Amino acid sequence: MFRKLMGLAAAGALLASPAAADKVKIGFVTTLTTGAGVIGRDMRDAVDLGLDHIGRKMAGLDVEVIYEDDGFKPETGKQKTEKLIQKDKAHFVAGYIWSHVLLASYKTAVDADTFLISSNAGPSQLAGKLCDENFFSTSWQNDQTPMAMGEVLNQRGVGSLYVMAPNYAAGKNMVAGVERTYKGEIVAKDLTRFPDQLDFSAELAKVRAAKPDALFVFYPGKHGTQFFKQYQQSGLKGTVPLYSVFTVDSMNLPLLKDQAEGSLMTQFWAPDLDTPANRRFVSGYREKYGRYPSFYAAQSYDTVFLIKSAVEAVNGDLGDRDGMRAAMRKADFESVRGPFRYGNNHFPIQNFYLRHVVKDADGNFTTEIVSTVLENHQDTYAKDCKMSW
Amino acid sequence: MDWILLLEQCLNGLQLGILLFLLAAGLTLVFGIMDLVNLAHGSLYMMGAYFATTFAGWTDSFLLGALLALPAALLLGILVEVVALRTLYSRDHLDQVLATFGLILFFNELARIVWGPAGLDLPLPAFLETSVELLPGVPYPAYRIAIIVVGLVVAGGLYALVSHTRVGMLIRAGASNREMAGALGVDIQLLYTLVFGLGTVLAALAGLMAAPILTVQTGMGETILILAFVVIVIGGIGSIRGAFVAAVLIGLIDTVGRAFLADLLRLFLANQTAETAGPAMSSMLIYILMAAILAIRPQGLFPPRGR
Repeated sequence: MFRKLMGLAAAGALLASPAAADKVKIGFVTTLTTGAGVIGRDMRDAVDLGLDHIGRKMAGLDVEVIYEDDGFKPETGKQKTEKLIQKDKAHFVAGYIWSHVLLASYKTAVDADTFLISSNAGPSQLAGKLCDENFFSTSWQNDQTPMAMGEVLNQRGVGSLYVMAPNYAAGKNMVAGVERTYKGEIVAKDLTRFPDQLDFSAELAKVRAAKPDALFVFYPGKHGTQFFKQYQQSGLKGTVPLYSVFTVDSMNLPLLKDQAEGSLMTQFWAPDLDTPANRRFVSGYREKYGRYPSFYAAQSYDTVFLIKSAVEAVNGDLGDRDGMRAAMRKADFESVRGPFRYGNNHFPIQNFYLRHVVKDADGNFTTEIVSTVLENHQDTYAKDCKMSW
Repeated sequence: MDWILLLEQCLNGLQLGILLFLLAAGLTLVFGIMDLVNLAHGSLYMMGAYFATTFAGWTDSFLLGALLALPAALLLGILVEVVALRTLYSRDHLDQVLATFGLILFFNELARIVWGPAGLDLPLPAFLETSVELLPGVPYPAYRIAIIVVGLVVAGGLYALVSHTRVGMLIRAGASNREMAGALGVDIQLLYTLVFGLGTVLAALAGLMAAPILTVQTGMGETILILAFVVIVIGGIGSIRGAFVAAVLIGLIDTVGRAFLADLLRLFLANQTAETAGPAMSSMLIYILMAAILAIRPQGLFPPRGR
C-alpha cells in the first residue's frame, strides 16, 4: 500500500508542470531548530518585514520565500540547498548563518547557475579563490570585523591579548582577522570545540594565569551568552577587559542584561545607525515584533532589497541572469548600512564601527555606535579572487 | 608547568565530573536495573533546568526554585514512566531507543512551545555569583564550588541509600538479578517507578545546577547525554560506584586535555597545526579511553556483582 502511495505521489510530482516564471522564488536557508533557532527566527522575521515594506512584489511579480532549516549541520544545509534549486526551482538562494554550512552548500548553488546570497556567513574561501559570479554577500567577510577590533585595541594601547574562538571555519577567520591588524603581543590562542563545548572554565583559568591586558573572543549565538556568564563568574571582569565580535547581539542581550553593559564590539551596522533605510527597518521591526533587530536581521532585510534591485533592473525577466548580476554588482538599493559598493569578489566595501552596550529610554539593552573604526574597508582576500568586472 | 593552574583545571574537571555523575547515576540505574535504554534522560535534565528557571522566576529565589523543581521533576519522571515507558520493558533495545528518541523530540518541541525558542537565563543569587579565593591569588567561582559540594553530598547520600537501606538492597538485588528479585516477592513494578523517579530527580538536579553556567534551552540535554553514556559504559552498567569514578575520570580527562593538550602538541608540532589539532584530539581522548576499557574490561570498571 505504502509503495502504491509513493508511486502515486511520484507520478503526481512528474505531472505537475514546472511553474512558469510568474513569481520570484527565493529560497532561504537558515537555522530554525536547535538552540541557534532563535537566530533563524530573527532572519525570517526580517525577510518578512522586508517583504511587507515592498508590498510583497518585485517588478510587479509576486514574491515567494521558501524557508528551510539547516539544523545547524553542513550536510543538512547542503541537502536543503539542493532541494530549493532542483525541486523548488528557486531563482535566488539566500540566508546561511554558518560559514561551514555555506561552504558545504556553495558548490551546489553556483554550479546550478542559481544566485547564492549569503545573509551572514563570510568565509575567506568564498572571498578569495572560490569567489564566483553567482555568489553575493550582504554581510561582510569574516576577517573584517575582527580586523576593525584589532585597530580598536591598537588605539586603546592594549599591549597583550588573549584570543579565544570556536574551532571552525569562521572562528579561524576571526582569529586571523584580529591577528592581522593587532600590533601588540598575542600571549595565547585557544580554539575551543564547536559546537558542543559550552563550558569555558578550563580556558578562562588559563586566561587568568596568562595575565593578558585584554581578552578577545568570538562566540556567536548561544555560545555568547554562556561565555559572558562564565566570564562574569570567573571574576576576570575586573582584571581582564573583554572585547568581542559577533558575541553580543540583540537576542542574547535580554538574557545578559547588565552583565554586558559597556561591553565593546565592532560591527558594520548598529540599530542607531542613521540612514533612511535603517530608520525604517529598525522602527518597523520593533513595531512588528516588539524587540530590537540583530545584525543577522539587518543583513537579511538587505538581502530582500538586493534581490529586488536585480529583479527590477531586468523588469521581471528572471531569465536575464546577466542583467540581474550586473544590477546586483551596482549595489543600487537603499541599504540599512547606507550606500556601499561591491568589491570584485561581491563582498561589500563598507565602514566598520565600534559599538557599546547601553540601556535605551525604556530600559531595554541595545548597542550604540561609539566611533567609526574603518572606512570603506575591503577584505584582504579580494586580491586572490580572479573575477573582475 | 604552572601548578596553580593545574589545580584549578582539576577543580574544573571535578566539577564537570560531578555534573556527569548526577546524570549518569540515574542513567546507569535505569539501564542496569530496568534494562531500559533511555535516550530521553537528557530531556529530563533539560526539564529540570526549565522547571528551576520557571520556579525561580515565580518565587524570586534561586534556592526555592531549585527546591521546587526537584519534586516537580519526580512527578514528571513518574508520569513518563507510567504513561510511556511501562509498555517498553518487554520490548528489545531497538524499540526502546526509538521510543525514547521520540520522547526527546517531544520534550524539545514542548519546551519550545511553552518557553519559546530563545532560551532562558537562570540568574544566581549574589552570594554564589562571586568568586572565592581558594589559595592566595587563586580566585575560583563560588558557584562551581557549590556544585562540587552538592554533588559530593548527593553522591554520599546515594551511596548510603544503595548500600545501607532496604530500598537500596532491593535496587541492588534488581541490578544483579531481576527475575530472582521478582520471584522473591519484590514488587518490581513499584521498584521500577521508584528507580525511574530517582533517576529523573538526579538528572533534573544536574540540569538545574548546570543552568546558571549554561543557558537553559531546548536540546541542552543531548550533548551531555553522550558523555553520560560513555561514563556508564566505562563505569560498568548498573553500578553507582562505577558511575562516580568514571564521571570524575571523564571530567578530568576532558578538561585537563582541553587545557593542556594544545600546549603539549606545540612541543613537537607546528604552531598552527597544534592549535587546531589540540581541540580535535582532546575531544577524542575520552572515546579512546572508552575503547581501551571496552577492550580490556568489556563489563566496565565496577560491574555490579552477580551477573
